[in-house]
Amino acid sequence: MAARPPRVIVTKIGFDGHDRGSRVISATLRDAGMEVIYTPPWQEIATVVKLATEEDADVIGISSLATDHLIIPQLMDALRNAGLSDVQVIVGGIVPAKDEARLLEAGVARVFHPGAALDDVVTDVIALTAKRRQLQGESA
Amino acid sequence: MSADILNIKQAAAPEGLRKWEREFTQGVKADATTFNRSGIPIKPLYTQRDWTGERQDEALGYPGQYPYTRGIYATMYRGRSWSQRQLIGLGVPEDYNQRVKEILDLGASALSLIPCNSVFRGYDADEVPHELLGTCGTVINHVKDMDTALDGVPIGDLSTAMNDPSPFTLLAFELAVARRRGIPWTRITGTSNQSDCISHFVANHMFFRLALQGARRVVIDHIKFCNAYVPNWNPLSIVGQHMQQAGATPAEAMAFTLASGIQYAEDCIAAGMDPDQFLPRFTFFFDISVSLFEEVAKFRAGRRIWARLCRERFGAKDPRSWRFKFHGQTSGVDLTRQQPLNNIARVTTQAMAGILGGLQSLHTDGYDEVFSTPTAEAARIAVATQNILREEAHLTDVIDPLGGSYYIESLTDDMEAKINKIIAMIDEVGGMYNAVEKGMVQQMIGDSALAFQKQVDSGSQTVVGVNAYQTEEDPGTYPSLEYPEPARMQGYLQRLAQFKRERSNADVDAALTALARSTEGRNANVFEHVVKAAEAGATHGEICGTLRKELGFGHPLTMV
Repeated sequence: MAARPPRVIVTKIGFDGHDRGSRVISATLRDAGMEVIYTPPWQEIATVVKLATEEDADVIGISSLATDHLIIPQLMDALRNAGLSDVQVIVGGIVPAKDEARLLEAGVARVFHPGAALDDVVTDVIALTAKRRQLQGESA
Repeated sequence: MSADILNIKQAAAPEGLRKWEREFTQGVKADATTFNRSGIPIKPLYTQRDWTGERQDEALGYPGQYPYTRGIYATMYRGRSWSQRQLIGLGVPEDYNQRVKEILDLGASALSLIPCNSVFRGYDADEVPHELLGTCGTVINHVKDMDTALDGVPIGDLSTAMNDPSPFTLLAFELAVARRRGIPWTRITGTSNQSDCISHFVANHMFFRLALQGARRVVIDHIKFCNAYVPNWNPLSIVGQHMQQAGATPAEAMAFTLASGIQYAEDCIAAGMDPDQFLPRFTFFFDISVSLFEEVAKFRAGRRIWARLCRERFGAKDPRSWRFKFHGQTSGVDLTRQQPLNNIARVTTQAMAGILGGLQSLHTDGYDEVFSTPTAEAARIAVATQNILREEAHLTDVIDPLGGSYYIESLTDDMEAKINKIIAMIDEVGGMYNAVEKGMVQQMIGDSALAFQKQVDSGSQTVVGVNAYQTEEDPGTYPSLEYPEPARMQGYLQRLAQFKRERSNADVDAALTALARSTEGRNANVFEHVVKAAEAGATHGEICGTLRKELGFGHPLTMV
C-alpha cells in the first residue's frame, strides 16, 4: 500500500436507496486501512464532484442497483470539467453488459458485478490509487 | 461432533439412539457445528427429545386456530391457492397496461404496480433526469395515467397491490379512477405495499418525501381513512423484505418487522382506533431466502408471536385480528450473475420455503434479475415455477406438511426465542422509531450483511458458481431488458404537460392548499386530502412537494 492510505468516496447517485452494497464496501475498505468517505444514497452529481475536490479522493465508488448507472457518464463529464480526470471511478452493482461497455468508454475504471469478492475490490482500489497518484504526479 | 450437542447422555436414551450416536460420532470426524443464517446451531438429527409434542395444542393449535402456527386459515391452499402476484412496472402507463394483460392471461391472479424510482422519490417525470425515467418501474404521475395503466382491468374484482410509500398517491389515483368508473370503494381490494415507512428509513430508502415523524403521522391517517372508506383495502404492509435484502438475518428481519408492527399498532391505539378494527387489515411482506427450513421456521414462529402479541398485548378479541397474513418475495440477493440459469433452482427452493411456510401471496423473481429488470421470458418462467410447485409437485395437498417434524418444530421454537429476544431489545429502547433514530437497527443489519459476505468470501458459505463449481462463461450473452425508447418518454412528457394545461388549475390549487392545511394540528386526515387532490387533478410531484414543505424532508438514516 502507498505511504498515504487510499482515500475513497463510496456513494450513490440518482434515485435508488438500496445501500447494502455501499455499506459493505465501505466497511471492507475501512477495515483494509483505507480512508473512506461514505455518503447516504441520492447524492447529486455536483455534490460528488465537490466532495472529490474537498477530500482529495483517489477513487470514487458508485453503487448502482436500479439503473442509476445510466447517469454515470454525466458524472464522468462533470469530473473532467472540474479538472479531476485523474480521479478513478469504479462502479458496483447491477450493470447490464451493454451498459458496462458504455461506462468503460465514458472513463469508468472498473465495473464490479454481484459475486465480486471483497478482496478483489480492495486489490483494485489499491492499484487504482497508485495509478491516480502517478497521473497526479505527472500533471503536477 | 461432540456428543452433548445431541443432549442424549443426560437422560436414559433408547438403545437405538445411543447406537446411532456412537456410529455418527465415529463416521463424522470433525466437530463441525453447523449454524443457520440466523446463528442458530443445527444438529445432525432431531428426535422426540427435541420436540415431544407435549404442549402441542398450546404451541401449534390447528390451522385457522390460535396461535396459528400451522396456518391462518382452516382451509389454507386446499380452499384457495396463494395469490400469484408478480411485480411489474416499466416504461409508460401504456406499457404497464399491456404487460398486465399478458400476465393475467398467464395465470397471475392479482396485480402489483411498481412505479418508476422518480415516483418513489416523490417527483413528477418533468422534474428529474430523463435518462432514468421508466427504467425501473412505470411512470405514473396523475389520475389519467392510472386510468391508462388499468384500462380494461376489472379493478372492482381483482386485488391490486400498489408499491406506494407515503403519502400513497397511487392508491389515491386508483380511488379516483374507481369513482370515475362508478365502482364503489368498498369493492377495491389490495394492499399499500410499501406503506411501512420505518423499513424505508432503515433499509432500502425508497422514499424521498417526508421526515420520519411526518411519515409516521401520514401512515396512521392512511390507515384510519382506509378503515373508514376503503374497508377491504389493506392500508399497511409491514415489510421485513427490505431489511433482509439489506443484510438482516431471517430472525432479525422477522424481529424488526414484528417490532414495527407493535409500533404501528400502538400508534393506532394512541390515535383512538380499536385494535379489532385495524389489526385485521395489517399485512406483512417478507423476503424468502434459499435457506429452506430456516425460512419455514421463521414464518411459523412469526405467525405464533404475532397472534400472541395481538391477543395478549393489544387486547384484540376478534380472531381475524390475530392472523398474520403475509406476502413473500423470493430473495434477489441469493441470485447470482454467474451461471444465471441456476437462479431458477434457487427461486424454486425459495418459493417452496414460502409455500411450506404458509404464505398468502407470492412473487417469484425472474432468474435474470441480477442483470436487469426481468425480461418477459424470465417473468413467464417465474410464474410457471409457482404453477409447477402447486399442480405438479402437489405442495398444496396437505396443510403445513412439515408440522410435527422434530426438526421443524424445534427450529420454530429456537427461531421464536431468538426473535423475541430482539423484540425485547427494541422494546427496551422504547420501540422501533427510537431504535431507528439511534441507528441500532441499521447497525445490526450492516453487521449481518458484512458477516454474510465474509462467509461467502471465505468459502464457509457455498454459493454455486461464485465461490464453488465455477465455470468460464461470457456474461455478455444473457438477455437484458431494453430501456424505454427516448421518444416514448418524450411522448409521455408531452402528455404530462398537456394534462397540466387542460385540468382546472384553480381546483388543483384549492386542493393543494387544503392538503397543506390538513397537516396543521391533528384533527384533519392528511390522506383524505391526498385523495381529494388526486381527484382534482393534482400530480404526484405536487402532492409530495406540498407535504414535503409542511412535514419536512426525509433523509436516509444510514451509517457505516
